[in-house]
Amino acid sequence: MLEYLTILLSEIYKILFLLVPVLVSVAMIVWLDRRIWAFVQKRRGPNVVGPFGLLQPFADALKYIFKEIIIPASSNKIIFILAPIVTMTLGLVAWAVIPFSETLVLANINVGILYLFAVSSLGVYGIIMGGWASNSKYPFLGSIRSAAQMISYEVSIGIIIINVLLCVGSLNLNEIVMAQKDLWYVIPLFPMFVIFFISALAETNRPPFDLPEAEAELVAGYQTEYSGMMFTMFMLGEYANILLMCAMGSILFLGGWLSPIDLFPFNVIPSPLWLIFKILFLFVLFSLVKAIVPRYRYDQLMKLGWKIFLPFSLIWVVLTASYLMYFDLLPVK
Amino acid sequence: MIVHTIIFYIFSFIAIFSAIMVVASKNTVHSVFFLILDFISISCLFIMIGAEFLGMIMLIVYVGAVAILFLFVVMMLNVAQQKNEWFTSRDSSAHIPIGLLVSLIIFFELIIVIGGWKYKPDLVDSISIEINSTITNTQSLGNVIYTDYIHLFQLSGMILLVAMIGAIVLTFRERSGVRRQSYFKQISREKKDGVELVEVESNKGIKIDV
Repeated sequence: MLEYLTILLSEIYKILFLLVPVLVSVAMIVWLDRRIWAFVQKRRGPNVVGPFGLLQPFADALKYIFKEIIIPASSNKIIFILAPIVTMTLGLVAWAVIPFSETLVLANINVGILYLFAVSSLGVYGIIMGGWASNSKYPFLGSIRSAAQMISYEVSIGIIIINVLLCVGSLNLNEIVMAQKDLWYVIPLFPMFVIFFISALAETNRPPFDLPEAEAELVAGYQTEYSGMMFTMFMLGEYANILLMCAMGSILFLGGWLSPIDLFPFNVIPSPLWLIFKILFLFVLFSLVKAIVPRYRYDQLMKLGWKIFLPFSLIWVVLTASYLMYFDLLPVK
Repeated sequence: MIVHTIIFYIFSFIAIFSAIMVVASKNTVHSVFFLILDFISISCLFIMIGAEFLGMIMLIVYVGAVAILFLFVVMMLNVAQQKNEWFTSRDSSAHIPIGLLVSLIIFFELIIVIGGWKYKPDLVDSISIEINSTITNTQSLGNVIYTDYIHLFQLSGMILLVAMIGAIVLTFRERSGVRRQSYFKQISREKKDGVELVEVESNKGIKIDV
C-alpha cells in the first residue's frame, strides 16, 4: 500500500508543479491581453497595481473572491454551480499531455492529440450548462449560439489535425514535435496554420467571433447571471483554454519545444522556454486580432466555418495525402 | 493491481448508476447529462483495458457531438408542461410491455454472446488478424480498416452521406424574399457601378431608376 501512496504523492507533486504555473500564467495573460489591447488603442491599460500593473489580475481576483455569489431563484441550482467548475476543470486537465521537453510531460500518452481534441470539444458543455441553468433568455440564446459555433469550428480543426497527422504518422504529441526537427509544419502547411489560428479564435469564443457574449445583443451571453467567484472561474477556464489552443498551435505547426535552429545561441535556451515563447507569440497574435478586427455577424461566422474552411481543409487533406503518396514520403509503411 | 480493480469498479458503478438515472430522472435535461456521464465513464473503461483510441473517439463523437445535439433538442422542450401531461397520463404505462420485450431481447442476446465466450474460450483466437502488441492500437486499427475492410468502410461512409442528404432534403424549405450576401459581388463592385454624379436642375429634380 505504501508504494501506491508514494506514487500517488509524487504524481500529485507533479500535477501541482504543472497547474500552479499554468494558473499564474493565466492570470498574467489576462494582464497582457488588456495591456496589448490598450496599446493598440493608444491607451495605457492597467498600470497602477504593482510594477507595470503586473499585480492587477491578482487584485481583480481578490475583489471577485470577496463579492457575493448570487444564484438566481428560478435557476437549476446544481447545474448552475457545476457549469463554471466544468469549464475550469476542462481548461486545466488538457495541460496533462502538453510536452514541455522530450521528458518533461505529465502523461506521455499514445493518443495525445486526440485527448486534446476531445477535451476541447467537451469545453462547450460548461457554456451550455451555464446558459440553460440560468433560466433566462440572454444566457440561453448565448449558449445556443456558442454551441453551434464551437461544433462548427471543431470540424475544421479536426480536419486540420488530420493534415498534420498525415505528415507525422503518430498521435503522440512528442512524436509530432520530433517530426518537425528539420522543418516546422508552418512552412509546408501554412494555409492550414492560418485556418487553425482563425478556428482557434472561434473555438475559444474570442473576438472577432465572440458572439456568445456579444454585449450589444446578449448582455454577457451565458455569463450574464454569474457573479463573484463563479464568474472568475468561467474567465479563468476561458483563458486557460485560449492558452491551450496557443500551445496546440505551437505543437502542431511551430515545432513545440524545438529551437528554431540547432545552433549555439539557440540550443542553449532550455526547451520549455521555447514552447513558452511560441505560446506567447501566438497569444500576442490572439490579442492583436481582438484589438483590430470588428465582430462578425452570426451568419457570416457560420458561412465562414462551413462553406469556406471545411471544403478548403478537406481539399488540402487530399492534396497532402496525394503528395505524400506520390513522392513516397509516407511516415508509416 | 488492487488499485486497478478499485478504479475499475468506481467507473463501472458510475456507468451503471448514470445509466439507471437516464431512465429514472424526471427532468429530461438531467437525463441527457447522466447520459453524458455514462459515455464518459464508459470511455474511461475503454482506456483502462488499453483501447485508448476507441475511448477517445467515444469521447469526441458521442460526448462532443451526438450528446450536444440531444441537449439542443431537449433544452428546447418545455419541461414543466411535460411533467404534467406525460407522467401523469395513463399513456406512459401502455408502452411497458413493448419496453419489456425489447429489453428482454437485448438481455438474451448478451447472454448468448457472453455464454458462447464462456463455453468456447478459444473463440478469441479465431479472429482473422493477428494481435501485435508492439504497435499502438490506432496503427493496427488503421492497418485493418484501410486495407482489408476498405469497401465496408467506404460503404458506411456512403450510408452516412445518404442519411445526411436525406435529412437536408426533408428539412429544407425554399424561402422567398431572402436577401443573401455575396462576397464576390461586394468585392468586385467598383466605384463607377455604385456612384453616379448627376447634375440636378432646380425645380425639376431627377428620376432615379432602381
